[in-house]
Amino acid sequence: MDMDVIARNLHFMLGGLVLTFELAIITLAGGFLVGLILAMGRLSSRAWLYYPATCYVHFFRGLPLILVIFWLYFLSPVVTGRSLEAFYAAIIAFVVFEGAYFAEIIRAGIQSIPKGQAMAAYSTGLTPFQCTRDVILPQALRNMTPALVTQAVIIFQDTSLAYVIGLREFLRRVNLVDAREARSVELYLFAGLLYFTFCSAGSLLSQRLENRRQRNRV
Amino acid sequence: MGFLNYTFDWSVLWRHPYGNMFIKGVVTTIHLSLLAWMIAVIVGIAIGIFRVLPIRSFRFAGSFYVQIFRNTPFLVQLFFWYFAAPLLLPEPAQEWLYDNVPNYAYWAGVAALGTYTASRVAEHFRSGLLAIPHDQYRAAYSTGLTTMQTYRYVIAPYAFRIIIPPFTTEFLTCFKNSSLAMTIGVMEVTHTAYYVDSFTSHGLETTTAASLVYLCIALCVALFMSFVEKRIYIPGMIARGQ
Repeated sequence: MDMDVIARNLHFMLGGLVLTFELAIITLAGGFLVGLILAMGRLSSRAWLYYPATCYVHFFRGLPLILVIFWLYFLSPVVTGRSLEAFYAAIIAFVVFEGAYFAEIIRAGIQSIPKGQAMAAYSTGLTPFQCTRDVILPQALRNMTPALVTQAVIIFQDTSLAYVIGLREFLRRVNLVDAREARSVELYLFAGLLYFTFCSAGSLLSQRLENRRQRNRV
Repeated sequence: MGFLNYTFDWSVLWRHPYGNMFIKGVVTTIHLSLLAWMIAVIVGIAIGIFRVLPIRSFRFAGSFYVQIFRNTPFLVQLFFWYFAAPLLLPEPAQEWLYDNVPNYAYWAGVAALGTYTASRVAEHFRSGLLAIPHDQYRAAYSTGLTTMQTYRYVIAPYAFRIIIPPFTTEFLTCFKNSSLAMTIGVMEVTHTAYYVDSFTSHGLETTTAASLVYLCIALCVALFMSFVEKRIYIPGMIARGQ
């Protein structure tokens, strides 16, 4: 074991961690937004909203993320005439892909709210939009928080896939250091440990939120 | 057929030598996932049982395994198996490995995917066991069944039906995750799509083909499993989709 190799390259590798977080946070926000729109479509009684949203969700949940990244990589030069910067390609692929997973979480959250809530809201004269925004969503969001935190952990792990299009996030940098120093055991253990620290913190948070939710359930 | 500045040429999917590459890629994806799935089910069920045993050290070991594998990205695990694991072996074993296992990447992929999926299978198996109401055990014992018989005739048939839907999802996830083996050079279908593009510059066609492979297999497995679920359904046991 030669821990020196980690100390020597720590600065370079942690620089990649910034990009990893950037990717994760943008994906989280973008994916949630796409997921919210899709979930509304999935719950809509209008066929022209329901079927496209449902197809979208099933389509992307049936594909590996790596293929979605390649789709963008091959498609963008054809559509825009020039190749997309790796960072934007990764972001778009992640948002498009994770949106499908968010949609299912949000849909489940909304469906967990008893029908009586919507009926009560309508009977006080709220419009469907107001009912969704002011009555259903605030409660649904509270119910789905643990699932959203778990999904955030998954996204944080999934950002490592930006590796395939050469984006220099954390794992790519560890890989580059390994290519130069040939210290695979130490470097990948270090990478694993670092991801583990952040992800288990997220997992614990999700668990505690879930326990609290179960306790406070009416 | 023109699409902006792109001319589709679907013949790259069957033209020699690319047609054979695709067939090989699909076959590799399938047996890689199936082998990994077998490891995942065996290891996963063992870990799942560990996690509910009344022995503390076993429960700890089980939860340690699950935490480690669930909280690190699969790609890191894959790289560890491929780049680092051989270095942990003693010198002669390393040499033997490099001399006699030409497709080490494939086996690293199987090991990584199998052990990773096992951690997820373990969680589903555990929650399946915990989902069985305790009255079932009491009722079985009160009719005079032994512990072994209780598990064999009452709990196992019950648990088996509970875990089928999550296991189906997990199998499909395992199948999709096999695509990551391309990062260590395994020629499965995603890698083939990328590889054929590097010769032909027809990446859109090859990616479409690879996507269809994944979607078709997912659809077939889902349809087959819902047929199985209906066949073995016990009236009044679980109301699905509620």
